[in-house]
Amino acid sequence: MKELVIVSGKGGTGKTTLTASFAALSGDKIMADCDVDAADLHLLLKPAILKEEKFVSSQVAVIDRESCLACDICRTVCRFEAISEDYVVNPMDCEGCRLCERMCPIEVIHMEKQENGKWYIAETEFGPMVFAQLGVAEENSGQLVSLVRREAQKLAKEKNLNYIIIDGPPGVGCPVNSAITGTQLAVIVTEPTMSGIHDLKRILELTRQFRVPALVVVNKFDLNLENTEQIEAYCRERRVELIGKIPFDTSVIKALQAGEILVHFSGDGKISRIVTDIWEKVFSHLNRL
Amino acid sequence: MVISVASGKGGTGKTTIAVNLALALPDTQYLDCDVEEPNGHIFLKPDIKKRVSVTLPYPRVDEKTCDLCGECAEVCEYGAIAVVKNQVLIFDDLCHSCGSCVMLCPQKAIYEVRQEIGRIEIGEGKGVSFAHGILKLGSTRAHPLVEEVKKYSDASKTVIIDAPPGTSCPVVEAVKGTDYCLLVTEPTPFGLNDLRLAVEMTRAIGVPSGIVINRSDGNDRLIEDYAAKEGLPILLRVPMERQIAEAYSKGISLVEWDENYRDIFKTLFATIEEGGAA
Repeated sequence: MKELVIVSGKGGTGKTTLTASFAALSGDKIMADCDVDAADLHLLLKPAILKEEKFVSSQVAVIDRESCLACDICRTVCRFEAISEDYVVNPMDCEGCRLCERMCPIEVIHMEKQENGKWYIAETEFGPMVFAQLGVAEENSGQLVSLVRREAQKLAKEKNLNYIIIDGPPGVGCPVNSAITGTQLAVIVTEPTMSGIHDLKRILELTRQFRVPALVVVNKFDLNLENTEQIEAYCRERRVELIGKIPFDTSVIKALQAGEILVHFSGDGKISRIVTDIWEKVFSHLNRL
Repeated sequence: MVISVASGKGGTGKTTIAVNLALALPDTQYLDCDVEEPNGHIFLKPDIKKRVSVTLPYPRVDEKTCDLCGECAEVCEYGAIAVVKNQVLIFDDLCHSCGSCVMLCPQKAIYEVRQEIGRIEIGEGKGVSFAHGILKLGSTRAHPLVEEVKKYSDASKTVIIDAPPGTSCPVVEAVKGTDYCLLVTEPTPFGLNDLRLAVEMTRAIGVPSGIVINRSDGNDRLIEDYAAKEGLPILLRVPMERQIAEAYSKGISLVEWDENYRDIFKTLFATIEEGGAA
């Protein structure tokens, strides 16, 4: 089984647009949306949900204020400043370390499990899909990403499917680490903007740290040809293959607005041909690994 | 006044709005709390005058005192400590620096060393007072770094906080305690989906909010209907124009590209000051 992850260093570069097209162009795979903070792939793939599960990963401290003697030990040991002067725990600040519970001399603190989000197994026109939604203001997105990947792997084994296509989270932080680690190939989507180049360098460094080979796609490449050249030179210098350039095209925005998959919306138009060509290159790379 | 700019998702134009607001108003401070991918500096080109390393305490074991009892691994809720045959393994990237292992070790064999999670750069660019946090690659501790960046808030200025994308913990940290939150979105189903989450987040922490539509092509019904239903004002629309995208790609801000935007952002600020109803 091989896992392909699509990342971008930053949101809004066209990661999900490209991933959805890959989904439509490939067979024999499972889709996993690991952008658990703001999952969007389902808006394009329109899955029918087969199973919904709660994601419970954290716990928060609760103080029984009636029995509390206000000795202040809990407040002294809490490094997250999660306990107020009148001994109420703010669940948003509590990291569930249980130190207050363990240090309370009269044992009036207990832990309560928190629901941190939901995850789903679904069926789409293009095959099975696993995705999730982290609760608002929740952490542990890295854990939820790992869970989505684990479930996708299980499902792939069960259904005897050979590939997992992962729509990665934006950024270079904890959830991206969880999405990249152990995958066979990463496709980095970037834009010819100053921030695009900046973010590309960071994500490329990250894929190197994780020893995951990477390919680069430049979206809206004709917005700034100078910057695109700079990206090309950077890729050459780092010996990373740039496998495709997608032009700035209003059909992309129209497809998005219509909530349609780009390669379907564009039919046999120019954009479709470019994206199809990119997918074929990705797929052959994946098979050579 | 402290205004945060959030978006539910990256790439919607959060930095554009935050930077231009900072440039259009007098006496402002711009704090980039998108510590994973800070981009505001590309537009403000600040002269960095000070760099501060941000560290957190991580446990280390004094092997001479440790009797391998395993209590530290037992009390660590994050799985950051494992006791194997004859040593204690510590995984820094899982550690939350809560101090449980240090305080609960029966042998007092654990001490802490401070490790860098990132740095803060402080300076000034184009007349705007500037600070941003840069998370160390591979570090998972965005939230404490955001907290540190916010400590540089200058109460004598109008402070603009550029939040990270998403609605999770570091975003909440960035938006928490601000006077108003501008939510930047796009008129697409993606934009709406992420806007909904962002609105939920601002409501959960009790920060009033208003909407900015970026890349508007004149048909913003999707967002308008939602805003009307939720009673949220649409405070500004930035049109979808190739020229704006080109200017952005060169690191040129809207107010530099077109002087008129200076007044547009001033009006936006005045509306927020008056309570944010359009």
